[in-house]
Amino acid sequence: MSFFRIFDTAGSAMSAQSVRLNTTASNLANADTVASSPESAYRAKEPVFAAIQQGIGKGAETAGVRVTGISESQLPIGSRFEPGNPMANDDGYVFTPNVNPVDELVNMISASRAYQNDVEVMNSAKQLMLKTLELGK
Amino acid sequence: MTQPNDLFGIHTQALALWQRRAEVLSTNLANADTPNYQARDIDFRAALGAATPGSLPLAAPSSGQIDTSAPSATESLKYRVPMQPSLDGNTVDAETEQSAFAENSVRYQASLTFINAQIRMLRTAITGT
Repeated sequence: MSFFRIFDTAGSAMSAQSVRLNTTASNLANADTVASSPESAYRAKEPVFAAIQQGIGKGAETAGVRVTGISESQLPIGSRFEPGNPMANDDGYVFTPNVNPVDELVNMISASRAYQNDVEVMNSAKQLMLKTLELGK
Repeated sequence: MTQPNDLFGIHTQALALWQRRAEVLSTNLANADTPNYQARDIDFRAALGAATPGSLPLAAPSSGQIDTSAPSATESLKYRVPMQPSLDGNTVDAETEQSAFAENSVRYQASLTFINAQIRMLRTAITGT
């Protein structure tokens, strides 16, 4: 029964979106961490999605989602003059992450909406399958 | 006397196609955030026409000619014309896909209801009650 493939597709999308939510949580949690050098400062992370074909021939039109990697933001790292901070370097500067909280919140809303969509799709597929099982009763 | 295959008329083929379309639409929704993914949909009329026996296909006597008989649902799969294409090459419009999926579910249930009614009718004919 090909409704099962919907479960695979929606399930892969849900796990991909949860990776996205995880990176968003990590970025927001680290938005205020400081480092003593630009290299060790936290950089905002974002997953890269790609479609995967599930099956060949007759079922080739369905494609799930795969996270091909996590990219790090190349935006410049910020710096702040805080001589009192224990993490400050010799010149008295601490380095702040390049996390943009607005971007992260937008990402979070988008990911959770997409996740909810996939849950709805899965529920509808499940209901249709159950209805089909009751055929002739 | 009708053949067993004809008992439920067009609805058995329609059911399979609604199912396939649900699959395609769920793929679109799953890839709503995938860069360069292009939304697809099934041309239902073409697919059902191909799946229904009785419609006479054009003959293709030589190998060079295009055989129009028995195109599968995969061949009636078309790319959606995007209403608002995005910068990352993704053409999925979540609202369009959601409404298409909801519509598809209702149509699937309609086909199920027709088949159910047919079963009930046959049962009445058999038992006479």
